[in-house]
Amino acid sequence: MADEYILRMSNITKTFPGVVALNDVHLDVRPGTVHALVGENGAGKSTLMKVLIGMYQKDSGTVVFDGQEVDLHETAEGLDLGISMIHQELAPVPEMTVAENIYLGREPLNGLRLVDKALMRRMAQELFDEWSIPLDPAVQMKKLTVASMQLVEIAKAISYDAKAIIMDEPTSAITDREVDLLFTMIRRLRDRGTAIIYISHKMDEIFKISDEITVFRDGQWVLTEPASSLDIPALITAMVGRELTHMFPKEEAEIGDVLLEVRNLNRGPLVKDVSFTLRKGEILGLAGLVGAGRTEVLETIFGVHRAESGQILVDGERVDVHEPRDAIAAGMALLTEDRRATGIMGVLSVRDNMFAAALPRYSPGGMVDRKRIDRAAEEQRTALAIKTPSLDQLIKNLSGGNQQKVLVSRWLLTMPDILMIDEPTRGIDVGAKSEIHRIISTLAKEGKAVLMVSSEMPEILGMSDRILVMHEGEVTGEVSRAEATQDKIMQLATGTDAAA
Amino acid sequence: MSTTTNAPQDSATAITSRFNWGELARKYLIILILIGLIVLLTIFTGGSFIKTQNLINVVRQVSAIGIIACGMTFVIITLGIDLSVGATVAVAAVVSASLAQTDQASVIKFPGLDLPVVVAVAAALGVGALLGLLNGLLITKARIAPFIATLGGFTAYRGIAYIYSDGRPISTLKDGFNWFGQGDVLGIPVPIILFALVAVIASILLNRTRFGRYTYAIGGNDQAARVSGINIDRVRLGIYTFVGLLAGLAGLILAARIGSGNPTLGTQMELDVIAATVIGGTSFVGGIGTIWGSVVGALIIGTINNGLDLLNVSPFWQMVVKGAIIVVAIIIDERKNR
Ligand SMILES: Nc1ncnc2c1ncn2[C@@H]1O[C@H](COP(=O)(O)OP(=O)(O)OP(=O)(O)O)[C@@H](O)[C@H]1O
Ligand SMILES: [Mg+2]
Repeated sequence: MADEYILRMSNITKTFPGVVALNDVHLDVRPGTVHALVGENGAGKSTLMKVLIGMYQKDSGTVVFDGQEVDLHETAEGLDLGISMIHQELAPVPEMTVAENIYLGREPLNGLRLVDKALMRRMAQELFDEWSIPLDPAVQMKKLTVASMQLVEIAKAISYDAKAIIMDEPTSAITDREVDLLFTMIRRLRDRGTAIIYISHKMDEIFKISDEITVFRDGQWVLTEPASSLDIPALITAMVGRELTHMFPKEEAEIGDVLLEVRNLNRGPLVKDVSFTLRKGEILGLAGLVGAGRTEVLETIFGVHRAESGQILVDGERVDVHEPRDAIAAGMALLTEDRRATGIMGVLSVRDNMFAAALPRYSPGGMVDRKRIDRAAEEQRTALAIKTPSLDQLIKNLSGGNQQKVLVSRWLLTMPDILMIDEPTRGIDVGAKSEIHRIISTLAKEGKAVLMVSSEMPEILGMSDRILVMHEGEVTGEVSRAEATQDKIMQLATGTDAAA
Repeated sequence: MSTTTNAPQDSATAITSRFNWGELARKYLIILILIGLIVLLTIFTGGSFIKTQNLINVVRQVSAIGIIACGMTFVIITLGIDLSVGATVAVAAVVSASLAQTDQASVIKFPGLDLPVVVAVAAALGVGALLGLLNGLLITKARIAPFIATLGGFTAYRGIAYIYSDGRPISTLKDGFNWFGQGDVLGIPVPIILFALVAVIASILLNRTRFGRYTYAIGGNDQAARVSGINIDRVRLGIYTFVGLLAGLAGLILAARIGSGNPTLGTQMELDVIAATVIGGTSFVGGIGTIWGSVVGALIIGTINNGLDLLNVSPFWQMVVKGAIIVVAIIIDERKNR
């Protein structure tokens, strides 16, 4: 039984204009196992999965699923065969409820052939109960955080009772607590015989959950091994094709005067009386569980949402922030959490996306200085190793991690004094991640102030000089770099540290 | 960063280059369509279509549509629409004509008034820009959807044109005024020169200025544009004012062409303008569109109008043919953006 494959993809080649995304690769997955698919940004992982479910047409190669050769042209066919997928880029229908999103396209009908909303909600509730998902099926999707949307997406994939479930970076937007929940779900699915294809850039997760690992590099297959015969350094070497020091160590920076001060900031239930200071040269981490209000704090400071009350001072001077442009004028930058909603401009080129925020610097008198733009864009492309055939490529055609890199450069180009970053390395591969950490560290060393939200403990612990922890909209504690531990932060984050 | 194996790599490269060619053909498809139409019409009309004088006619006739289409490109890129441009043409035509009447006219709007022609020209542009600004304010400040806001203008502005002119053409205009529709420079009709000028300016505006790049950014993702610090309301206000100004210019040209400011001018013109823009590849997906595309789109509309006239096709059939071409253009556009 163990030798039987549920899925065999052989000699798959897929090209896009100017890009060979997959070059004669193969992937064999056994039922009842978790098979990790890893590789750098743009290695071709998502493309292979989209070929599998029929979203892209392969140029050549064969796919055998459950003993039958298949050639899918519509994603619906994949679902019928028993393959469901959690996409890297979420595509929820914001106006619909959670239940409606889960059963989109296969709504239960009542006697009058109308959608039976009550039944649909009950089905969703049962699904959530069965898998201990802490969500309300009746709320509108747009009211949810990115992390909760991700949970909905996971629930949806499970609800198909598929034989194989593809998870493309399912944990890039969720915190440890939800990751634990997801892993419990994955193990239960695996024990039922479901095959899981698991794509992630998080090394520890990969080794925690997977039975087998396949590595791709630049569209080519590199290896497939049992997880037990690999370790993190070996895996990284296979991915990047050379040895790489694992994490970039944060450099010491001189901590100067207070640059940003936030006083009694309030907005709705997720920003309650938040006060803190941020100094030049300092990296301040903002930790907490999903829904603790970290993103909302950043967005309120930046003017994405109007604050109900409170003050923001930059360099000791009060600034009135009504719109993001006011914050930018005061020297701030915000890399937002939701890449799709507030980040990329899909149909525009990589170049246009890079210069969305910094254009005033590059257009004296309103006229765009193309030469300078091209030079600066090339510099960013090299510095962040952005993989794209050209700067004219539409950003929607880049891999998820490369899109994120373009957004990072969008803000670097504005040369901010205060850099606010929400999950900066979300979906970014190990090599580029340590590169982005190096850039953040250098900026701090140059006297910039950095406010960083991250759900990744190692990132928060490794990069921050000081860590603020939030719980249900309130700052519940502050820990210095020296005294910070995962346990300490979790206690504050879950609000169980009342005694301390 | 390129791959290293030989055989599959080679075939992959071949596929890639073939694909690129297809991409290119798709991009310039509308030019091929225009050329195809010209060839067909030349054959069917026994050569009379291709005569220089006729070609000049085609372009001159379509100048007003083309001028407004340049502005409509900005509007549609930002996922907006302006249904009021035809009515704006009428208001600009009657107002500017009323300021350019000679004392020979039988009905004089402002007896005894004798202003230089430049005032009438400025009035056409100013009135157009003002009505466009009004649309923009309704859209950005009152937060009314562009379709609804400009549907209001579509009716109301036409009403204003009738009220202002008492429902009659304002005629017997000064020669200097009529020059904008009837004159020529070195044999090239003035409307064509204005069309070319507008196309060049709009193209520079869209491609080389911050305003133009922001137009694309807003169409690409308005929320991301806002977070990037772009004042999206101000850009949109500018866009609707700009298209209004161009409609004003078109009104001037049309009034000067027939030598009278007629309140019926520009009726249904918004449809031809939108059709030209969409045929030219500007997409209702947002963030996509070019000025040269809209110019070619306008030329296609002009070619069809003129060609079908030469072939004595009934106006009713002409409507059917134009409608079909618009739908086909949108289908092609859908394919392209999949
Ligand atoms: N629709 C498309 N058009 C053009 N190029 C594409 C398209 N989709 C993917 N590519 C290219 O194919 C390559 C592989 O992309 P893919 O999304 O599979 O990478 P990935 O391994 O999933 O990376 P990441 O970890 O960043 O998500 C990239 O170079 C990407 O730019
Ligand atoms: Mg991917």
